[in-house]
Formats: sequence, structure tokens, C-alpha cells
Amino acid sequence: MIQVRGLTKYYGEHAAIRDLNFDIASGEVVGFLGLNGAGKSTTLKILSCVLLPTSGRVMVDGLNAIDQAHEVRGRIGFLPDIPPLYNEMTVGRYLSFAAQLRGVAAVDTPKRVAEAEEKTTLGEVHDELISSLSHGYRQRVGLAQALVHKPSLLILDEPTSGLDPVQIVEMRNLIKSLRGEHTLLISSHFLSEISQTCDRLLVIQGGEIVAQGTESELAQLMERAGELDVIVRGDAARATLVLQAVPGVVGVQKVAGVDSEVSFRISSAGDIRPELARALVSAGFDLLQLGRAASQLESVFLKLAAGEVGNAPAQPNKDRS
Amino acid sequence: MRNVKLIALRELGAYLRSMSGYIVAGIFLLAVGILFHAMAMGDAERRSAEVLYNFFFFTSGATMICSLVLSMRLLAEEKQTGTLVLLASSPVRDREIIIGKYLGALAFLWLMILATMYLPLMILVNGKISWGHLVSGYLGLMLLGGSTLAIGTFGSAVGKNQVLAIIISAVLVSVLLMAWMLARVTERPFNEFFLSIALFHKHFTPFGRGVIHLRDIVYYLALIYFSLFAATRVLEARRWR
Repeated sequence: MIQVRGLTKYYGEHAAIRDLNFDIASGEVVGFLGLNGAGKSTTLKILSCVLLPTSGRVMVDGLNAIDQAHEVRGRIGFLPDIPPLYNEMTVGRYLSFAAQLRGVAAVDTPKRVAEAEEKTTLGEVHDELISSLSHGYRQRVGLAQALVHKPSLLILDEPTSGLDPVQIVEMRNLIKSLRGEHTLLISSHFLSEISQTCDRLLVIQGGEIVAQGTESELAQLMERAGELDVIVRGDAARATLVLQAVPGVVGVQKVAGVDSEVSFRISSAGDIRPELARALVSAGFDLLQLGRAASQLESVFLKLAAGEVGNAPAQPNKDRS
Repeated sequence: MRNVKLIALRELGAYLRSMSGYIVAGIFLLAVGILFHAMAMGDAERRSAEVLYNFFFFTSGATMICSLVLSMRLLAEEKQTGTLVLLASSPVRDREIIIGKYLGALAFLWLMILATMYLPLMILVNGKISWGHLVSGYLGLMLLGGSTLAIGTFGSAVGKNQVLAIIISAVLVSVLLMAWMLARVTERPFNEFFLSIALFHKHFTPFGRGVIHLRDIVYYLALIYFSLFAATRVLEARRWR
């Protein structure tokens, strides 16, 4: 359905995304996970043919999204992070406009609008002005405009953004109900938001895909890529020899040494913290600290899982839109 | 063509369904009415043709100002509110977006201009007017308004917000308005060039006097074409940013 190769987008001197490569199969529900400024919105806008990339290739349904953008747009439904709503229109009139803009024949429009309203439970506000709607309803109208023309690919950029917990559950159920009818690409900066609805996750950080797979595959990946941080008091050279002798240790790197306190970064095949602790203590070292080193992926993943994005440090490459 | 019509109708509907459209139309009609009674009719006795010329002269100024006000929101507002994404992600070409929006605003502007027609008809109470003069004057107003609106559409495509959009458009219109002044202080061939691009002096005055020249119609149509062409290019360039 989607094939992305070497996708790069520069804003001036600054790369918002760099050399992205991924595939999405037809009918798949994929979550696009990343912190604010990671490059999610830029990627989704390129896939939706709103922006052009600096380099790279995007194929949608076998069509080149850059050279055949006009054809590709007809197959895509896009809900941006801020729903594109005209406040002075009623819901029904707006959805009719969106449907016809996407090529739905005038004679079929009322039926398509009714179907979209039924899916998104908007029937009761059909004649309401969009300006009078609550945030939850506005988000649903945004979703309805994206699916009113029955696109094969539905791209949703943070569809639950700004919703209250009840509305989030409603939106999640709504998205689940779309499974099977569309290929779905959903972005979020909350792991919990999309892990329940998606078959697979793409984790983006600093404009690059740092991991992809199911939630459990990503967890295993982090486990395998685990590194340990050790701080001991004593002779650095002897401590290195002791650490290297512990079964399971793949590599030992001295990170810092202040006075007699020495820090090491240990690469290991698994969780060997008990073995390391025993070896160091029995060799007469004072063990000051022993713990798992937070890898880039792990720290990103944990932040996403914990919903700490609000406290996350500003990323160097802000996502522009 | 279908997309152009769709976008134009939505744009016209936006003016007709919003308070801002009625406020602009109300102020325009009020200003034109006051100018007609205070300036065009005046205190002294005048010939009907002179009153009609004065009416077109003063209405042309109000038309240009209203064109700029109507056009400033066309694209700049969509950029500000994020609704441009709906059009940009739909199978619609950039030129269709520009032409559709322009035609929607043009329809509203022309409705406003035609709504002033009761004023020149009032001349018939105490005088006589030539229907040809009336048609010529209104054709001139429509072309002048259409040209200013097209320049405004370009300004709206360039400006990040509506304030910037109207400033850019007003500067461009002012340059074209004042070109005839430059023509007076320069020598050939520059004075001929400046005179030929003068938005009002050279090209509108004949319409106001009841004379239709093909060269004036071509000038305004060319100005509309180049302004909309430039606006389309600006919109296309946005996808690269």
C-alpha cells in the first residue's frame, strides 16, 4: 500500500526527517509514534501530498505520490493535527463540500455524507454550525471529512489530541471500527493511545525511524540492546578485568573516572546485573551504582509509554507545519 | 471546472453566511451613497453626464478598497486557520484553488457593485443619462475591481496573515495607481511605460466617461491573468517549504 524510501525533508538548513524507509501493507493499522518535533507531522503531510519532500520516494497503491500527487490524493483521507473546518458552514454542508472536492459525484454525495455521519455519530448535529460544536465533535467532523469519500488510505495525525478521557475512548473505538475498511496510519505521542488500536508501530525520533514492530517486538528489541551502567570505587584497570571476566559481558567501556570512582558502560547479552554485582563485591570493590543504561530507543519508548511528553526536552528539529 | 465551481460557491457562501461579508458590503454601500450625494451631486447644478462621471470616479476608489478587504482573507485566513490543508490534500490543482477563490470573491464584489445601481438611476428624476455611459462605467468598475481583487489574491497568497496580505496588496495597487505621476516626471520611453501600467488614470477614466477601449479591457484582463498566475506559483511553492 505504502512504500517509503529514503524520504528526507529539509526546512532551510534543518532536516525535519532524514532517510526514512518503511512499508505499510494494505489493510494494516500502523501507529506512528514519536515525541513532539520528531518529524511525524512532516512525514504525514508528505504522504498526504500536502508537502513535497527534499528527496526520496513515496509510492501509494503503486502510484508515485510526488509525480502523480493528483491521483494519489483521491485515494487518501487526511485528518491533520488541527481539523480543517470552516466555522461558518453546517456539518452537512461541510461534509458535502469535502466529498465533492474528493471527487464524489453530486448525486452520491448525500448518501456518502449520511454514511460518514453514521460512522462518526454526527447525525444529530447535521444542521449545526461547525462554530457551535465542542472540541470532541469538531474532531469527529474532521475524521468524517477524511473518510467521506471512502479512501483506501486514512492518515490521522494525532486524532485524540485535546480530547477528554471519555472522548478519547470514543475516538479510539471509532478508529477501531474503521479497521478492515481502510489502511490506517495514525500518529501519536502517547504509546498507550495507539498500542491498543495498531498492528504495528513505527517509532520516530529526531527525524529518523529508530524502531519498528509490534509493541512486544519493540520491548524485546530494547531488552536485547540493553546496556548497563556501573560505578565502582577502586582501581579502574583491575575493575575492567573483573568486569570482562563476568559471563555475558560483551564489552566494557570506561566512561569517566573521578578520584577513585570509575564509571563503566557494559554491553551485555541479557540482564546480568546479579552476576556483575557478585563479581565486583567478591573482588573487593565498593559497588556504588549498578543499573540499566537508558538507550535512545528505550528512553523515547519509556517517555511515550509514560506520557511524559509534556516534560520532554525540546527536540533540536522542531516539526514544522 | 467542477472544482473551480465548487470552491467558488463555497467562497461566495462564506461571504454571504458571515457577518464580515455584510459589514464590508454595508460600509461600501453607505460610503458610495454618501459620496454620491455629497460629491457627485454636490450643491451646484451639473450636467447629468458629469454627475454620472463623478459617481464612477468616487465609486472606483471605494471599489478598490473593498476589493483589497475582500481578498485579504482568501488564502491568508486559510493559512492561519489551517483549512488550506483540506484543499491541499484533495485532488484539486493549485490553479483551481486560486481561480475558484477569486471567482467566489469576484461574484460577491460584483453583487456589491451592482447594488449601487439605484444611485445613478436617481439622476433620471431630474435629468437624463445615456445607457451606454451607464454600461461603460459599470464595466469599468467591474474590471477595475476584478484587477484589484486579483492583486489582492496574490497578496493573500504571499502574506502569512491577513494584515500582511492587505499591506502587500495595498502597496502593489498604490504603485500601479501612482504610475501616472511617474509618467509626468519622466521622459520617453519611460513615461509611456508608466502611463500604460497606470491602474486608474489611463485605463479607468475612459470607462467613466462612457468610452470603451479594447486596450483598456485587455490591460485589466492581463493584470488579472498575471496576478492570478503569480498567486498560483506562490501556492505551488508552498508545497516545497
